[in-house]
Amino acid sequence: MQTQTFPDDDLDPRDRGGQAQPLLIVEGLRKFFRVKTQDGKAAAVKAVDDISFTVFKGETLGVVGESGCGKSTLARLLMHLIQPDNGTLIFDGEAVDSPDGITIDTLRRQVQMVFQDSYSSLNPRMPVRDSVAFGPLVHGKKQAEARAVAKDMLMKVGLNPELFGPRYPHELSGGQKQRVNIARALAISPRMVILDEAVSALDKSVEAQVLNLLRQLKRSFNLTYLFISHDLNVVQYISDRVLVMYLGRVVELGPVEEIFSRPKHPYTRALLGSRSSMDPARRLEEPPITGDPPSPIDPPSGCRFRTRCRYVETVCEAVMPELGAWRDRESHVTACHMQDPGSGHSLADVVGRA
Amino acid sequence: MAHTLAVSTPTDVDPDVLPATIVRGYWQSVAYRLRHDPVTLFFGAVILLIILAAIFAPLVAPYDPYKESVIARLKPFGWRGHLIGTDELGRDLLTRIIYGGRISLFMGLAPVLIATIVGSALGILAGFGGRRINTIIMRTMDVFYAFPSVLLAVAISGAMGGGITNGMIALSMVFTPALCRISETATAQVRSLDFIEAARASGAGTFTVLRHHVLGNVLGPIFIYASSLVSVSILLASGLSFLGLGVKPPEPDWGLMLSTLRQSIYVNPWICAMPGAAIFITSICFNLVSDGIRAAMDVRM
Repeated sequence: MQTQTFPDDDLDPRDRGGQAQPLLIVEGLRKFFRVKTQDGKAAAVKAVDDISFTVFKGETLGVVGESGCGKSTLARLLMHLIQPDNGTLIFDGEAVDSPDGITIDTLRRQVQMVFQDSYSSLNPRMPVRDSVAFGPLVHGKKQAEARAVAKDMLMKVGLNPELFGPRYPHELSGGQKQRVNIARALAISPRMVILDEAVSALDKSVEAQVLNLLRQLKRSFNLTYLFISHDLNVVQYISDRVLVMYLGRVVELGPVEEIFSRPKHPYTRALLGSRSSMDPARRLEEPPITGDPPSPIDPPSGCRFRTRCRYVETVCEAVMPELGAWRDRESHVTACHMQDPGSGHSLADVVGRA
Repeated sequence: MAHTLAVSTPTDVDPDVLPATIVRGYWQSVAYRLRHDPVTLFFGAVILLIILAAIFAPLVAPYDPYKESVIARLKPFGWRGHLIGTDELGRDLLTRIIYGGRISLFMGLAPVLIATIVGSALGILAGFGGRRINTIIMRTMDVFYAFPSVLLAVAISGAMGGGITNGMIALSMVFTPALCRISETATAQVRSLDFIEAARASGAGTFTVLRHHVLGNVLGPIFIYASSLVSVSILLASGLSFLGLGVKPPEPDWGLMLSTLRQSIYVNPWICAMPGAAIFITSICFNLVSDGIRAAMDVRM
């Protein structure tokens, strides 16, 4: 749990609401992609369906979930790289893209993103120092200043600017490219960085180095991270709080120790159970979760996890479970009828008391 | 530069890739690679020679291109000072080919240039704009695609009347759809890559993204295709002339010369082949030079 307090003179000049105010509040975010089914009917992929959460200043919020559950769509929505159908973003107390709030441009000065594919996220015909300098240039810095920023940033991510600056992406290794991507994201000094599977494509030793680099940068630049990954170990290592997604919805949200030691949602439990163990005595004989997630085009009614849940009852089919008090930093909330004594689920009381 | 591996953090620096590459800008490095490519340099020099000869034809050419002679018709190479012989009306063939380069090079280059500018602009717009813009542009281009290119060129210049200008416009319209399609495809490929999104996330507007991130990545394929069109353009232009829609005799033009000498192929085949050789050499040179430039522009090589 992040409990550091900053002296007043340490505060970011762009900070508006102080430490207690969440950096980003996401409310009712929704994105449906229009598609055509095989028989030619119009349908919608419910990639992100009514998601709400908060990101507090200085924390790392981990986002986990299976492939295709909408993690990357969520990241792109937060940057307004794709237009949400619905929902509001409130960045440090100000609504994004609304007449009395801040513009998308202002948001993009403060939130940056690191993509998973380190190769395709760098222009192959640009020396990497120019890729890093591009952001500052766009934001009105002069060529020489932008170059200086790029040089400084490359140094900060552990690359010698003299050596690596003039190189093209194909001349760098995967880890080096991802360092460049991090430098590029930090070049316009954002307050928040969205890391979309930023270390997933790296091999384990490089992954560890980059993770440590990210931790170190977070301290020195006072950053807030939204860390998206499918790797639970990595999320456990880097996050302060964790958000679990399933089929475009949040199923569980809470502090990292809580989620990993006392998972409440059956899906979270299954996810944690699916981790491979180093101990042969704890070898998994049965898969904790079977089957593929249902199609996001036609998700199950009520609780989206009910088709794969072993505790499913009629209430799960009829009523969509809601997430609890998600604005609170400490609380551990879940969208499951078993956690809600009033829901009518037969196991609700037992689990609720436990 | 000695090993400057004074990198503070334990990075994944590979010591094998040291020492550092020499620091150069993009265009400097392109120029550097071109200077060290003898093939491209040689064929570039040939093109330059052909163009200069065409421009300074009156100074270079040994005879008058229009002076006919009844007794000197279809004479072989070297006959009485005519280096590569005479044509079917007794005019010096070398002179005619040098003068013919003026119109032929113009007809080879101008339509391709116009089509490249118009076609790639439309293609990039179609590839980067929304679905509606794409549909409007690409379906319009498909209409042009439906016709065989020769037929389309004949139809357009026939409708507008003969002459060099109309022929040029007709050929430009023939080449535009293909160039548009190629640049649309290249743009669509680049567009889906993450660095475009990263640039947008940095706050760059559409125009800045196009200029800095899209253009450099789509020019290669456009360039190589356009250069292969130069010879096609010369031939199509000669086809138009043959049908009486382009250049009119006795104006010298490689394509026109090829078609008028065609009738004399049994009398002196070598003479008849000469205008064709001029077209062949020119187009080979353009293809090889453009290939060299494309390779020099590709930083991955």
